[in-house]
Amino acid sequence: MPATTLTNSYDAAFVAEVRRESEQNLALCYQCGNCTAGCPVSFAYDFPVNQIMYLVQTGRKMEALTSHAIWLCASCETCTTRCPNDIDVARVMDVLRHMARRENLVAEHSIHAFWNSFLSSVERYGRVFELGLMASYIGKTGRVLTDADLAPVALRKGKLTFKPHDIHGVAEVRDIFKRYREHRS
Amino acid sequence: MSRRYAYYPGCSGQGTSREYDSSTRAMCQELGFELIDIPDWNCCGSTPAHAVDHLLSASLVARNLAIAEDMDVEGIVTPCPSCLKNLKTSQHRMLRPEFHQEVQRVLGRAVRADLPIKSVLQVLVEDRGIGWIAQQATAPLTGLKVVPYYGCIMNRPPDVMRFDDPENPMALDNLLTAIGAEVLPFALKTDCCGASLGTTRRDVVARLSGRVLDAAAAAGADAIVTACPLCQMNLDMRQAQINKANGSSHRLPVFYYSQLIMLATGQQGERVGLDKLCVSPFSLLESLGPQAGEVRS
Amino acid sequence: MNIGVFVCHCGSNIAGTVDTVAVAKAALAYPEVVFATDTMYACSEPGQAGIIEAVQKYELDGVVVASCTPRMHEATFRRTVERAGLNRYMFEMANIREHVSWIGKDKDANTNKAAELVHIAVEKLRRNTELTAGEFTINKRVMVIGGGVAGIQAALDCADGGLEVVLVEREPSIGGKMSKLDKTFPTVDCSSCILGPRMVDIAQNPNITLYTLSEVESVDGFVGNFDVKVRRKAAYVDWTLCTGCGECAAKCPSKKTPDRFNEFIGKTTAINIPFPQAIPKKASINAAACLMLTKGKCGACVKACPAGAIQFKQEDEIVTEQVGAVIVATGYDLFDFTQYGEYGGGRYPDVITSMQYERLLSASGPTEGHIKRPSDGKEPKDIVFIQCVGSRDKSIGRPYCSGFCCMYTAKQTILTKDHLPESQSYVFYMDIRSPGKGYDEFIRRAMEEYGARYIRGRVSAIQPKNGRYLIKGVNTLMGDQVEIEADLVVLAVGAEAAKGAPQLAEKLRISYDTYGFYMEGHPKLKPVETNTAGIYLAGSCQGPKDIPSSVAQGGAAASKVLGLFSKDKLASDPQVSSVSLQRCIGCAKCQSVCPFGAIEMTQFRGMTKASVIATVCQGCGNCTSACPQGAIQLSHFTDNQILAEVHALCPY
Repeated sequence: MPATTLTNSYDAAFVAEVRRESEQNLALCYQCGNCTAGCPVSFAYDFPVNQIMYLVQTGRKMEALTSHAIWLCASCETCTTRCPNDIDVARVMDVLRHMARRENLVAEHSIHAFWNSFLSSVERYGRVFELGLMASYIGKTGRVLTDADLAPVALRKGKLTFKPHDIHGVAEVRDIFKRYREHRS
Repeated sequence: MSRRYAYYPGCSGQGTSREYDSSTRAMCQELGFELIDIPDWNCCGSTPAHAVDHLLSASLVARNLAIAEDMDVEGIVTPCPSCLKNLKTSQHRMLRPEFHQEVQRVLGRAVRADLPIKSVLQVLVEDRGIGWIAQQATAPLTGLKVVPYYGCIMNRPPDVMRFDDPENPMALDNLLTAIGAEVLPFALKTDCCGASLGTTRRDVVARLSGRVLDAAAAAGADAIVTACPLCQMNLDMRQAQINKANGSSHRLPVFYYSQLIMLATGQQGERVGLDKLCVSPFSLLESLGPQAGEVRS
Repeated sequence: MNIGVFVCHCGSNIAGTVDTVAVAKAALAYPEVVFATDTMYACSEPGQAGIIEAVQKYELDGVVVASCTPRMHEATFRRTVERAGLNRYMFEMANIREHVSWIGKDKDANTNKAAELVHIAVEKLRRNTELTAGEFTINKRVMVIGGGVAGIQAALDCADGGLEVVLVEREPSIGGKMSKLDKTFPTVDCSSCILGPRMVDIAQNPNITLYTLSEVESVDGFVGNFDVKVRRKAAYVDWTLCTGCGECAAKCPSKKTPDRFNEFIGKTTAINIPFPQAIPKKASINAAACLMLTKGKCGACVKACPAGAIQFKQEDEIVTEQVGAVIVATGYDLFDFTQYGEYGGGRYPDVITSMQYERLLSASGPTEGHIKRPSDGKEPKDIVFIQCVGSRDKSIGRPYCSGFCCMYTAKQTILTKDHLPESQSYVFYMDIRSPGKGYDEFIRRAMEEYGARYIRGRVSAIQPKNGRYLIKGVNTLMGDQVEIEADLVVLAVGAEAAKGAPQLAEKLRISYDTYGFYMEGHPKLKPVETNTAGIYLAGSCQGPKDIPSSVAQGGAAASKVLGLFSKDKLASDPQVSSVSLQRCIGCAKCQSVCPFGAIEMTQFRGMTKASVIATVCQGCGNCTSACPQGAIQLSHFTDNQILAEVHALCPY
């Protein structure tokens, strides 16, 4: 493992940004590990969640934002529920994904692609259209066998429709996306 | 006395969890709840929205809240914990005035964001009470051994959700006991099934949901009972996938609690939607004998 | 009046941000100031000599020192002016350090503010009068509240010093938490073997009156003369007759009574002597469990008792004790872990507290010193210890470290290995806190010699699995999740303030912190005093402490009481209120706001008037602000003096 030069590894602007966007003060964290202890996805992480918190505490921006862990977080809120210092850990994970996305540092492309497809579906129809979502996702990732085994079952049970569930106010939903993009640009 | 609530079905209720939606509507009708769909509701954005931007997520939620505010109702209810968490979290964040303002700008209209938002399970337990529900169970599910599976976010984070115990919730336990089922202790009742990674990381889901199935089987359960459409889909529709990945051979029916309440109150038929379950429950229900009603596929 | 003003530099503490020369110069313009100077350290020997010299040279009648807070040096300078031949109350202090130089950097503004504070002091001093302290006699008896190891030490030291002691204990026996422990760290010596003789000393010392099963009901009076009412709760046994033979317990049919002494591991009888070494060794009845007292039929103990001591009709009794000082040693209670759902919330029989584990280890405990699981009585093989359960957790309002859990957990792993050589202990910890003498070496021994496996991390879940428990957690040093299958889980529950601590504090008029622990007079310099004269603290009631610290504090509190009682009379503070009979209209508002009960309503020529009991008055001034007539005035802080100060600051 390469040595970290602490003299210049602390990115104060990054620490401040996480604090502002998440409304959480990571200085409160004393690294007990409760968050990792209860994390259901930790086995798949590159950094356990307490180490992600440590990277934020110590201002190590690139390591935090390029981690896979922030994308794999299932938002189950166990960490937030158990933190002895009342840090909303899951919210910090959310904010790190927001930042990684903005800075094009996405480590888990398929998850990112799925979310984009999902939101496109919402923007287009107002509600999620599963078949359209899957087609879009497969188009983005080339993963043609995704849940191919489930489709026949779902169709047989009447749980998949070929028609999107669009709503009358879809224009309002599209406007939300439009104003949101203007607000963020 | 009938209670009036704005109903937010959630997208999965129109697709993968149709039977949860139909059995919930039927159950509420039977138990004296008037559910009025939020007209022209839109998707809350689910995990993808909050993982991308909290403002986008809250704005998608806020459109539904704003519509519901024009209805003459006590509050908003939804059967889906994932929708519930998004609705409640966005409402909670809008307590901060600057964020509330931002959301209204993006939404393009005013929203008060002050209606009570609860799960259908919560209003059932709080408005009607376990004792009353027990009295309605004319066809109790005697002999049915179940584990209740709440999933991770029905009660979490506690500061936002404000319902039941975040580590050991009991609402489903009590409800299922009240309708005659034998509820087995289930240590994994609030563990995560990995729903948000369902499509993208099957390996994660196979492990997390597999653990839930293993524990339910080890506990001696005949079936799992859920209150979450995402959990149910993982455990039921993906059960074969999970078996394949883990080398297991579970065949555990995974009910929605609303389906079991319907059975216990002597209701059957299309609205209960038992035929929509991927792992068929019929042989299990038939083995219980006549009390569970003349259940047929 | 000739007034002298001395403006202190306090090295650079004040002079760094205040122009002290300019302040002294400004002071010369204030009325009646005939002399003013700046001085490097007013409190130093040459500084004080300079004040005395100036008093004599300029025939000063009063002195103002502008320096630090009166809490620091008011007493010092009062002695200085006394040595110079003035009355000690002809002195005023202007705080230009804490109130000026330490809190602002603007030198001009600071200098102005300092000069104004000096002006205020001068205007007050001009209206000061000479005051003389009275004297009052003191009652040289002491009450010790709490019979744990700290209270026992305090009581024995006071008694050995010749004082009469009243020791009050809530439980049926003295001994406190220490009497429940099996062994003590870091020496692993037997707890009851070292505490037992001290308990016997208490029983046998003729200077000590022991009230167990008793609680303080009310406290009146003041230092030297407290009246304390003590409620002696009904034991339903006449202790003057009871010989402690135990025949009653042997015959009691109510054998499923929750056993408080054994931390509810195991059962006891409704009538019992809590443990073999109990002092006093007397039986008492748990009324809630007694068949006679609940259902009106039984009486097995009456038949069994050879002394005829059982008295079902016994009632609580209130006794009043007059004492001159009180030592509070009420100890602590254990955190209720059931609010942690991830540890099972109390649902699992083999997830127990560290104190319950002590009772399993103890030869006088419910398993006679054999470690057995509460669920099935089997010997455990794998035992998991979890530290910081209810300590260092802000989310549940317990942000503090309980201080002793790291040590007792290490001790318990060592004892576990001694009892069960085939066993394996695992300890989940966050940080090891072992700063005492020989403490860290002890922790090392647990790991090095006894093979306790320490895992830096927390536990997320305890789940039953095939008659054992699956413990899931994290190893933060490796960043991986870990699982252990164990037979028994021991939670190192933290310390919290004793139940009822705030209520007792209010009776005693002492302060307590957010968590209910009692406040010492000064965190460094007055560790066993309180801010109420004559009331002292010892042991964990002030904050969690281990045995040596508690014993040291018990001794320290005793020495404070012996020091106080070394005088036959105490000086009364002359800064007390007095009533002008002409102005008083007898409305009794002053009486209703007095927190010390120092005001009584008397009849004077057929009219109701207030009257101050000078020895009880603490000089708080509540009455003077409540009086609608200005009839009640506090010496040294009269309305005129305070208004003069205000007027100096706001002349327009």
